[in-house]
Amino acid sequence: MYKLIQIELYKIFRRPRTYIAFAAVFSLITIIQFGLKMDGKTYADFMMKDLSSSITIEGNILNGYLVCYIMLQLLLVHVPLLIALIAADMISGEANMGTLRIMLTKPISRTQFMLAKFIASSVYTLLLLVWLAILALFVSMYIFGTDDLFLMKSSYVVLLKNGDIFWRYVGAFCFAAVAMLTVAALGFLLSVFAENSIGPIVATMSVIIFFTILSTLNIPIFNAIKPYLFTTHMNDWKEFFDIQVTENNEAIIGSIQKPEKIVNSILVLLLHIVGFVTAAILVFKKKDILS
Amino acid sequence: MKIYKCISLVALIVVLQTSVFGQDMNALVAKVKAKLDLVNDYEADGKMKTDVAFIKAPLGRVKVYFKKPNKFRLKKEGGISLLPKGGISVNMNSIVGTNDYVAIFSGETVLNNVKVKIVKLLPTNENSDVVLTTMYIDEANLLVKKSTTTTKENGTYDIEMTYGKFANFGLPDKVIFSFNTKDYKLPKGITLEFDDAEKPQTEAQKLKNKKGRVEITYSNYIVNKGINDSVFK
Repeated sequence: MYKLIQIELYKIFRRPRTYIAFAAVFSLITIIQFGLKMDGKTYADFMMKDLSSSITIEGNILNGYLVCYIMLQLLLVHVPLLIALIAADMISGEANMGTLRIMLTKPISRTQFMLAKFIASSVYTLLLLVWLAILALFVSMYIFGTDDLFLMKSSYVVLLKNGDIFWRYVGAFCFAAVAMLTVAALGFLLSVFAENSIGPIVATMSVIIFFTILSTLNIPIFNAIKPYLFTTHMNDWKEFFDIQVTENNEAIIGSIQKPEKIVNSILVLLLHIVGFVTAAILVFKKKDILS
Repeated sequence: MKIYKCISLVALIVVLQTSVFGQDMNALVAKVKAKLDLVNDYEADGKMKTDVAFIKAPLGRVKVYFKKPNKFRLKKEGGISLLPKGGISVNMNSIVGTNDYVAIFSGETVLNNVKVKIVKLLPTNENSDVVLTTMYIDEANLLVKKSTTTTKENGTYDIEMTYGKFANFGLPDKVIFSFNTKDYKLPKGITLEFDDAEKPQTEAQKLKNKKGRVEITYSNYIVNKGINDSVFK
């Protein structure tokens, strides 16, 4: 099994397409960091225009933690599309090249073959997230420094102490890993049905875009179906950055406002991963690979 | 004719009484000022608690600096601080530090079991941002227990003070600023939050939410040891 995973990883990282995602993340993050470094104050002033009429805010607001939060907000919506490039190609790519049959002549079960493929695409997904974390968090911390994190939500603001932030990012990235693995699992499932790569990649992207739009639309008729869309749960990494308050409105350091929401979302996403991968294996077991 | 004489007499008494009390109040405020004048400068450590409905913030450690005549600076020890606009820099020294006001007696009341005199200070300087200050003065100890200040730019805010070890200098152990806040709302498109709409607030909640409080509990006052002007820049 280990050898199988190694082979799959070799195949993934031998393709130039794999590095498109890493290059895209690097370019996007660098551009955002450059923009915020050059003209971040204007951006911060614009964000705080409403608040600053009654509250004076002092301190290094545009620090590495906030920059990372801004980037995660923007990128975690789009990274799934980059993951689809690889995950949705895992089986269909082999089918397209006609190598499926040769591979399955080896003494391995189809389940083992599929699991190795999924684990390899998961490794790619996790590496992309680690790359994102290095650039968005650590490089931003280096460029912009660290300080308290001042977050503006739609109906309230949250101030997190410097020492109370890093573990939240660790939690958020772990959550994002589960969310991205869900996307990888979806792409992996769709790749079983096609004989070429384009179809499942576009299909995965379409599902993500369609569900994300439904999740973000604030139209009451769609609110009933939102809890059943995995894209709704993918956004809950933000819950790590909301804090509980006492009766006297004093923030409790080290707390999370709705931990049960995070647990629920992780369970839903894990269920999706298991469901998608199981379905992919079941379909592949019956798949005609002789064509 | 007799009635007119009576009315004139009563009016004269009222005017005289007001004038006498006015003089008393000027004297009382001058005594409070003289007590505060004992302090040329101070720095103090404090814990600041921000209680505004739309702000979730933990307790913060602050350092407060004052230097005559009215230099005041509140610094948070690292981190980001959220302070009510304009109001936090107002302290008793800055209110009674000048002579540009008229003090008017406005009655007596009891605050925290202490009998206090209510004195209204009307600034004589037209350019002053302060429109009116109402002070509740503990005459026996020459301490300002509470003040309500209305400004042109930053609305009205109350300052409540509790005294302890440094009462001799007129320096409070605890100060509570109460101020009005405006509604806070950002479009979800900007914050990129797409959760379900939250429940609408009741009118009572909205009213409560418009009052904000900042509470500073002071410790370790260092009085008259000299402070460099660069601290206030």
